Amino acid sequence: MSPSDTRPPALIPTNGLVFLGVLAAVAVLVPLLNLTTSPDAAVHVPTYVVSLLGKYLTYALLALSVDLIWGYVGILSLGQGAFFALGGYAMGMYLMRQIGTRGVYGDPVLPDFMVFLNWKELPWFWYGFDLFPFALLMVVLAPGILALVFGWFAFRSRVTGVYLSIITQAMTFALLLAFFRNDMGFGGNNGLTDFKDILGFNIQSDGTRAVLFFLSALALGLGYVLCRFLVRSHFGKVLIAIRDAETRVRFTGYRAENYKLVAFVVSAMLAGIAGALYVPQVGIINPSEFSPANSIEIIVWVAVGGRGTLVGAALGAVLVNYAKTYFTSGFLAPYWLFMLGGLFVAVTLFLPKGIVGTYYEWREKRRPPADAAGEPLPDPKPAE
Amino acid sequence: MISSARLRRLSCALLLALCGLCGALFSQPAVAQDISSPLAQLATDSYADTEAALGALALSGSPAAAGIVSALADGKLVFSAVPRQVFLRTEAGLVDPLTLQPVADPPAVKPVRVNNRVRRAIEAANGTLSLVSPDPARRLEAATAVARSRDTAALPALDLALSKEADPKVKTALTLARASIVMGQPGVSDAERIAAIGLVGAEGNQDALAILQGVPAESSPAVKQAAADAIAGIERSLAMWSMAQNVWYGLSLGSVLLLAAIGLAITFGVMGVINMAHGEMVMLGAYTTFVVQDAIRTYNPGLFDWSLIIAIPLAFLFTGLIGVIIERTVIRFLYGRALETLLATWGISLILQQAIRTIFGPTNREVGAPSWMSGSFDIGQLAITSGRLWIIVFAILVFVALLATLRMTRIGLEMRAVTQNRRMAASMGIRTNWVDAMTFGLGSGIAGIAGVALSQIDNVSPNLGQSYIIDSFLVVVFGGVGNLWGTLVGAMSLGIANKLLEPYAGAVLGKIALLVIVILFIQKRPRGLFALKGRSIEA
Repeated sequence: MSPSDTRPPALIPTNGLVFLGVLAAVAVLVPLLNLTTSPDAAVHVPTYVVSLLGKYLTYALLALSVDLIWGYVGILSLGQGAFFALGGYAMGMYLMRQIGTRGVYGDPVLPDFMVFLNWKELPWFWYGFDLFPFALLMVVLAPGILALVFGWFAFRSRVTGVYLSIITQAMTFALLLAFFRNDMGFGGNNGLTDFKDILGFNIQSDGTRAVLFFLSALALGLGYVLCRFLVRSHFGKVLIAIRDAETRVRFTGYRAENYKLVAFVVSAMLAGIAGALYVPQVGIINPSEFSPANSIEIIVWVAVGGRGTLVGAALGAVLVNYAKTYFTSGFLAPYWLFMLGGLFVAVTLFLPKGIVGTYYEWREKRRPPADAAGEPLPDPKPAE
Repeated sequence: MISSARLRRLSCALLLALCGLCGALFSQPAVAQDISSPLAQLATDSYADTEAALGALALSGSPAAAGIVSALADGKLVFSAVPRQVFLRTEAGLVDPLTLQPVADPPAVKPVRVNNRVRRAIEAANGTLSLVSPDPARRLEAATAVARSRDTAALPALDLALSKEADPKVKTALTLARASIVMGQPGVSDAERIAAIGLVGAEGNQDALAILQGVPAESSPAVKQAAADAIAGIERSLAMWSMAQNVWYGLSLGSVLLLAAIGLAITFGVMGVINMAHGEMVMLGAYTTFVVQDAIRTYNPGLFDWSLIIAIPLAFLFTGLIGVIIERTVIRFLYGRALETLLATWGISLILQQAIRTIFGPTNREVGAPSWMSGSFDIGQLAITSGRLWIIVFAILVFVALLATLRMTRIGLEMRAVTQNRRMAASMGIRTNWVDAMTFGLGSGIAGIAGVALSQIDNVSPNLGQSYIIDSFLVVVFGGVGNLWGTLVGAMSLGIANKLLEPYAGAVLGKIALLVIVILFIQKRPRGLFALKGRSIEA
């Protein structure tokens, strides 16, 4: 807590330190317990749990990217899943090229599905994906460029609020339809799968999975610091102002659309990175990642955790997905959609600030009024 | 009655055929009804004679001919060597092929033998015979087949059939078939060929096009020119018709979109509530139809044709009630927080889907079409199915009813008042809470009605609503929020644009292109086609 009102808030507030601390502990302990303990030991973490937790971490990063634009700029994107999937496809394409002659058809260049479709040569947009650095570049560039073009059009013509939500949904729906087509050259319905190795390491091995897990945790931590840095800066202040009163920000002389565009592109790139980390751990990427329902689900993670709190977004993603895993695997499976649906309703009605936001509020009430201005509390009131 | 000129030509043809095929000449005059000579030939136990007899039988015009040919095909035609005579073998024993009377004193018989050549001849004879079959549909089919095969040998049969034909549709087909043969036949004058081309060209359909494209390469330039002109003309008219057909499909799709979106235009457009559960209201309407039909099947099958009429008010009341409940329990706490309503209603949609899945199972439910909704008819070359037509009519009726409700009723007036200025309306004594609930109920009820209609053209499954929700939102946003006319224009233009794009881009790419076009359009007009003008727009 800052002792004085004049000092800017810390880059990493107390809850952020707790978050990063827990994350670091998990990042080190989980792989360690998986690799060094014997499978019989009580503290042993099975490999499937490592992959599962790794998946949660990528979801947390995805949620973080949504919180950056929804919590701080008021852009409710119902197409964030598209950026996630694009990052995932970029990584998937690299992994496909790594299969080489070990595919079913043994073609050294063409992935199996292209041989199956009787294609003679690699389409131009697959060039370069055999190089890891190029693939990494595309992981951020592909979602980034899409966000840049889409956002440039949308923000310049001042499409806001609900309208923006609906056209982002239309965007991801269009991509869903497009990626379902075999002619697109992305594996159609089945997507990309059967990956063998990444940078020469077997993708199924415990060691690789541990490293991927660690990298996911690292990416989440860095993503959090980046978002904190952005929202704490002058740039972030303008973003929050845009969220609360866009017209007034314009009247003050700021080009609101440029600020929104930068935030949107950064958020898309973060989502792309999350997707790229997700694919090798899950082992498949297919067009269903583009489905509008997925994108809406991301929103609920953020809403549950607490919109505009960053830590809450990550927490919400992990909690909701843990609940999902728990409920969809047991006898409760048929009721999961009731649960999820009920969660949507309950959170919006009774917990509009989410878990972390409500905690802030509770802490605020207990604190003596003089000390109240420590951390600028994001106001979850929507812009429109 | 058959004119004597025709008879002469027929007998000539018959004689020629016989000369050419077996070389045997029969001196007695051939009369249409008299098939004694081919019958005698069938009894000679020679393949060539049998073949010739088949040709003669087919052209004889005798009512007994079809029976004889089919008996031969089935191996039921038998002959006796002494006396040389043929009989039909039936369950009642041997019968005379002409009179079908049983033969009193049956001689020793053997079946008439058949080889591949004879089988071909049987087929040809059947083709010719179907040209004069009593069933007009069969005659039409045969005429089309002849026109395609362009078999010169069928010419006499065609002439015979033409002389007898009374049905105008079949007559056209026969004329067309004849013209197509004449066009390709050697030894026909250019004038006759061009006349034939003109005749075919006037038909203007796909068959005619195929015939004209088959004009022999060695024809004179004048003939070729005439054919080319006729082809161009047909292609123009075909393009026009296919365009018209696409527009029709587009109107049909547009009316489906209109039905799905119009309830949303109320809840989203008038109230500003983003109801993601709207698709599920449509689904509930469809399931109401299913339940109504199920009850009717069990208790009173005679009422089945009325099932949709009964389902409409029930679906309206049921989904309207659900809508009011949702509004009272969830949405009223979220007014002014549009994006959060989106989340809550999405949650509601998941719950409703899962509830239906639990009650009715995840598979498609069978919803039948009443008899007045099945069938189709043609206007020119437009194929119009009654089901689609009714849905268009129904969509228009719903639209007009909704417009009238908003314009002319007390509740409509109150709805508009609350939309325009909530506080002022409240000051005037309007119970705004009650109006909100009614408006949401109305929007949901209309969605239920849409579900009744959509149950006729879509699979009734728990996912029914999902497939319409994105399209519906696009229609409302494209048309302009808060304006029913905008929804109408939006639905129709998106529907027609979709169907006009499909032939060029394919169904999926067409849809993608449309989504991109709408996204770009919203950049240009962020408030839709018919935006409300006023200071209240800028939030």
